[in-house]
Amino acid sequence: MTIAEAATLLASKKISSEELTRSCIERIEAVDKTLNAVVHRNFDRALTEAKKNDAEGKRSSPLSGIPYLAKDVYCEEGVPTTACSNMLRSKDYIPPFDSTTTRRLKAEGAISIGKTNTDEFTMGASTETSCFGPTRNPWDRTRVAGGSSGGSAAAVAADECIFALGTDTGGSIRQPAGYCNCAGLRVTYGRTSRFGVMSMASSLDTTGPFGKTVEDIAIILSAIAGVDPLDATTGDRPVPDYRKALTGNVKGMTIGLPKEYFIDGMHQEVEGAVREAVKVFESLGATVKEISLPHTKYATPTYYVLSPSEVSSNMARYDGVRYGHTPLRPASRGSAGHAVNDMSLLEYYERVRSEGFGPEVKRRIMIGTYALSAGYYDAYYRQAQKVRTLIRRDFEEAYKSVDIILSPVSPTPAFKIGDQIDDPVAMYLEDVFLSGQVMAGIPALSVPCGFSKPKAGTPALPIGLQIMGPQWDEETVLRAGHAYEQATEWHTRKPAFK
Amino acid sequence: MTKLTQDQVRHIARLARLRLREDEVEKYANELTKILGFIEQLSEVDTKNVEPTAQVTGMQNRFRDDEMGGIGTSPDALLHVSPLPIVDHQIVTPSAHG
Repeated sequence: MTIAEAATLLASKKISSEELTRSCIERIEAVDKTLNAVVHRNFDRALTEAKKNDAEGKRSSPLSGIPYLAKDVYCEEGVPTTACSNMLRSKDYIPPFDSTTTRRLKAEGAISIGKTNTDEFTMGASTETSCFGPTRNPWDRTRVAGGSSGGSAAAVAADECIFALGTDTGGSIRQPAGYCNCAGLRVTYGRTSRFGVMSMASSLDTTGPFGKTVEDIAIILSAIAGVDPLDATTGDRPVPDYRKALTGNVKGMTIGLPKEYFIDGMHQEVEGAVREAVKVFESLGATVKEISLPHTKYATPTYYVLSPSEVSSNMARYDGVRYGHTPLRPASRGSAGHAVNDMSLLEYYERVRSEGFGPEVKRRIMIGTYALSAGYYDAYYRQAQKVRTLIRRDFEEAYKSVDIILSPVSPTPAFKIGDQIDDPVAMYLEDVFLSGQVMAGIPALSVPCGFSKPKAGTPALPIGLQIMGPQWDEETVLRAGHAYEQATEWHTRKPAFK
Repeated sequence: MTKLTQDQVRHIARLARLRLREDEVEKYANELTKILGFIEQLSEVDTKNVEPTAQVTGMQNRFRDDEMGGIGTSPDALLHVSPLPIVDHQIVTPSAHG
């Protein structure tokens, strides 16, 4: 069920928020042993809030009474939030405050029912670095759901919630949305607040929605976008009602197809599905032209300099002092006893961090520490920031002659669990079509655009289409995505559960 | 191509406050060398006279009044999430003097 459908049923009192919330909870209990998409369950409080919501009966917002799941990096007062890391899991970090985004959703009356699986501190492309183990793809349980927001994507695709929140630093919303057959939006940098969401790479991080339709994405975005005094990077541009942009009309729209995104050796069915999608846009009255984004091949390497550098700085806060893992025995915590004096502070930091962080987080911290260390800063970080400028200019140039740009989300459908986890560079190449938008700070939407053909032992797997727009122009991106969705049926397909 | 030595890995780990076992030092030396090989292709890009991008939407410094405010969480609630002992509203840490 979509937000729009649920809101209609709630408004006409055909269902209650309690029933809707209960049905999501029952679904989680039925399928999540298999999927491992939900890592913290907040069911009792959700039902209490749903009952209260029904009693008050306020239905002015389409999100009122709607149950959702948030990625395990969104702080919510009183709810465990652990970034799927042993660093925060061992004492089940329970934040004493709300993220701005979950607070805004609460104000609209949305019901938080739990937290979804993610790669540790959002670092990964498969949820395999989660301390809770990987999320399984609802379409093929031997495959990844994508990452890092794999739990949110799988939960939406498997109807464990009506919508979900994720974060996209280097593709972490768009890639899992593509792998699981749902809609996911990376917003313009600064369109939504990151306050209260655990940071990864501050010049790149965004928070954003997963939904079953583009209309739902528009509804969520209207509620969560906008300036936040607690996140100084948020833009103060007015927030439109994004649903008003969904006219269904793309006549006269000019679509760019970047030649660098259609590379030799890419998966034929992925290319075929995306080229079919382009024809759908043409049939709707859009015109298509080939464009060039010349620095495309440098976007992912640039990402893997800037992101680990900023990671190494952001992860410094996990020192076992203010929150998180401690190697000290629990019995000694009660008083300032001897245990605290058993080791030096330096030794304490090293123990905390070596025990708390997993291998991918350590890799990125070390790459970042190296790239930022004396003598290397200019060659790595500063050079990457300059290449970022060139990538940004590529997009600015392109948007002088096109309204949106289309590409695949990923070069292949979802891969097998375990296939790439031992090869960090192979995993990084998952981001090959997803890094340029990050460098340019532009919005990009992932929508379902087809399925691979089933083969022996492999069922049909979803394929995602990426729709990119200029900075701050989520409206055009959503209008295009919605018009495409109206003309196709891919987004209505659902994975089967026994 | 830069090859990270095991000594360099030990040095980086120390800067990052990570303690590695010897087998990990070897593993990370190989993996980090591979990753550096991947990112070093950036050196071939001509960036003469190109300004670096630090803030992508062009936003300038934003100022606010120097007043406490924001989320309304009590200091004690923030202290309560520490894994270390709390004495007189302060966290007791291991000694910085060894």
